[in-house]
Amino acid sequence: MFWISLAVFAVVVAFLAVAYVRGHRKQTQLTEARWGGPFVVVSGIVAPSLILAGVFVVSLNDMMALSTPPQQPSLTIDIIGHDWWWEVRYGSSGAVTANEIHIPTGESVQLRLTTDDVIHSFWVPQLQAKTDLISGEVNTMWLQADEPGRYRGQCAEFCGLQHANMIFYVIADEPREFESWLANEASQAPEPAEAGASRGESVFLQSSCAGCHAVRGTEADADLGPDLTHLAQRETIASGVLDNTRSELAGWIIDPQSAKPGAIMPPTELSPADLDALLDYLESLE
Amino acid sequence: MASVAERLEGIWGERPGLITWLQTVDHKKLGFKYLYTGMVFFVFGGIESLVIRAQLADANLEVVDPETYNQMFSMHGTTMMFLFIVPVLSGFGNYFVPLMIGARDMAFPRLNAFGYWAFLGAGIFMHSSFLIGKAPNNGWFNYVPLANSEFTPGVNIDFYVLGLIFLGFSTTAGAINFIVTILKLRAPGMSINRMPIFVWGELALGLAVVFAQPPLTAALVMLELDRKLGFHFFDSTQGGDAVLWQHLFWIFGHPWVYILVLPAFGLVSMMIPAFTRRPMIGYIYIVVAEMAVALIGFGVWVHHMFAVGIPQIALSFTSLSSFMVTIPSAIQVFAWLATLIAGKPILKTPMLFVLGFVFTFVLGGLSGVMFAAIPFDLQTTDSYFVVAHIHYVIIGGSVFPIFGGLYYWLPKMTGRMLDERLGKLSFWLMFAGFNLAFFPMHISGLLGQPRRTYTYQEGLGWDIWNLLSTIGAFVLALGILITFINWYKSMKSGEPAGPDPWEAETLEWSTSSPPPEYNFESIPAVRSLHPMWEQPELRRGPQRPEDGAYLLASGHETLATSMLDATPQAVVEMPHESPWPVTVTVAMMVSFYGVLFDSALLTAGGTVASMAAVAGWFWPTGETQET
Repeated sequence: MFWISLAVFAVVVAFLAVAYVRGHRKQTQLTEARWGGPFVVVSGIVAPSLILAGVFVVSLNDMMALSTPPQQPSLTIDIIGHDWWWEVRYGSSGAVTANEIHIPTGESVQLRLTTDDVIHSFWVPQLQAKTDLISGEVNTMWLQADEPGRYRGQCAEFCGLQHANMIFYVIADEPREFESWLANEASQAPEPAEAGASRGESVFLQSSCAGCHAVRGTEADADLGPDLTHLAQRETIASGVLDNTRSELAGWIIDPQSAKPGAIMPPTELSPADLDALLDYLESLE
Repeated sequence: MASVAERLEGIWGERPGLITWLQTVDHKKLGFKYLYTGMVFFVFGGIESLVIRAQLADANLEVVDPETYNQMFSMHGTTMMFLFIVPVLSGFGNYFVPLMIGARDMAFPRLNAFGYWAFLGAGIFMHSSFLIGKAPNNGWFNYVPLANSEFTPGVNIDFYVLGLIFLGFSTTAGAINFIVTILKLRAPGMSINRMPIFVWGELALGLAVVFAQPPLTAALVMLELDRKLGFHFFDSTQGGDAVLWQHLFWIFGHPWVYILVLPAFGLVSMMIPAFTRRPMIGYIYIVVAEMAVALIGFGVWVHHMFAVGIPQIALSFTSLSSFMVTIPSAIQVFAWLATLIAGKPILKTPMLFVLGFVFTFVLGGLSGVMFAAIPFDLQTTDSYFVVAHIHYVIIGGSVFPIFGGLYYWLPKMTGRMLDERLGKLSFWLMFAGFNLAFFPMHISGLLGQPRRTYTYQEGLGWDIWNLLSTIGAFVLALGILITFINWYKSMKSGEPAGPDPWEAETLEWSTSSPPPEYNFESIPAVRSLHPMWEQPELRRGPQRPEDGAYLLASGHETLATSMLDATPQAVVEMPHESPWPVTVTVAMMVSFYGVLFDSALLTAGGTVASMAAVAGWFWPTGETQET
């Protein structure tokens, strides 16, 4: 399509150049342009019709190819759009995570796309064209990554203040690695082993955190914000905006609004000791 | 005995002063008003775009906060789409359609005045949102459910919705006026196959608006009912449908983008003959193509929604019609090229804009064809590739012809030429700045940059392309500024233009520059598609009755003719200046503010007042029936 466009454009520019040059000639006899009508018919109607008919047929073939996965999907993942993050659920396994979608390499994976609020659009440019998440509808699409790696994606339909920061990653692992990741992700949160983390768990449960977030295996089971059961496994937080490091995490908890103005998560006031314990706990959620 | 000119002056002259300024029904004064007001909104929209580009010059900049950014891009789109291009093209249309068809005014002069005031009122209404920091912030297509009161509770969206309902009155009034004027007031002998192509363009605009506006107004009313009275048209949690908004919006929206280019194409088809010294090749093909675009344009709306999850069979039909709609554009492009090659182009400033237009519009058209291919669309929709495409077709297809039109027609409107050196400088800056600003967006789009994002992360390879875009945007703005300076200078000290500086073919060049209030001393009989080239008597002053002219110098009158052959049918009494159009508008504005701020008193008061004003408008005056 690019080459056809280039060719057509070259033809037009060539004609423009001819016209421009003629404009600089001193005297021209105005020719009786009897070729004019046929020229318009051939280059304006016949030629484009032929080219476009060809492109149309090819594009329909591609459309059908795009909509059918190369193999029977081995796995269905639910993707739920929220203002402004992505919930990721692995069906009956019970695994729930956010903003990082792990898939096995070499297999087709089915995605079921829904939204909890406004319309979003799921787009991983390197893997697949986009599909919208429509309020009140379920859309499906498939993904397949043949090479292991980390593929960046981003919401592609304007969804409000933090549309720019609704980022996610698709992480493709070898099937065996993926299976062990999934098994871990499906399990409940590990009991905190150290005293600090253990104190952090009670900070988590008694502060506002538990009002919105779930950690499976504890009393916290709210679903307004991302599931944090295996937070320490993730590479990023705040929907791909910050790296998952201790300092970024601390900054995010105390003041989410400076990294993502308008984010639904409110600031949390904690004493330095409580914050430290909370960070110990969150970092223990492997 | 007074000369014909003096008698007509007495009949058609309006007293100078503020009162007349508010009451005028002269299509030329209204045309100027449309043009100036549209240009002011163009400057607003341009400033908004510069803020956007400043913010995106590099990754993670904080020139403005996200909320301001969202208001900026929303108002940029809304302003350019609704308050700049169509009003400016309506301004040209208002000024030149009667002059090109040999009429003394538009068919409904008071409706014409109302159309202008309602446009100004709607523009002020929408922009007044900035005064309280609550400008529309959900983009120019304002998708639900984001635009529902649950997700955008402020009055931002109400400004957008009510403002556009208000503007719809103006657009509809203008469209009907164009249709009737063009079909009924053509000079005797200007049969439909002798109508200038620009007039065809305005007719296509009128017809498309009449059919495109109702779905938009319906959608807007439904959304306002959802927002204000708790209806659930678009609320999927209560059985409504969020996709319905998209259908209604794009059934309006895609014809609308053709509405933006059709009169501009017509303008190009006027300038090319004037500067190549030969008639357009393929007149009939061009006319059919213009009308075909207006028609097929109604069948392509779903191509904005390929990613929504609509069944593939429906997508295929839209894909097909989207491919088809390129053919009429191809016809016109090749007709322009053929004329350019057959003639001897004289490279004055308007012609440079025409060549720049062909260059950029073809690029925009080619990227547009790509969107008709569903798989390609799914990858690039809502990315910067679309932003590049839309600016190539709209700036290339509409803004360049408008600027060419300024250089071509302002001499007729003001009686003074613009400076060629400044004009050429302006063109080259605009052309270079435009391509520098928008070509890189194709690349950043293909690299995965989504549109409508107030910031982006480093390390994605987007930075350099965005920086280039920003530089280009400022160069483009500089080029535009130079045209404005040129415009101002020409009004102060431009060379006198004379009636026909370009030796062009159509009737507007047969009268003085600027034209008198009655346009033509006598209504000329037309015997050619190129009257000024083939009817030498028109170059020697007003056509005389021996040559077929109608004098109509004894009343405030113009001539109505038959729709196809333009045989004279009736002398139409034209209305005089009137206080009612502006009064109706002010009253309507009060009631729209009433709805906005939930004030029953203002709403009811404004509505009653506007109905009373309409009654005043139609109150029998005891004289002849004025329409």
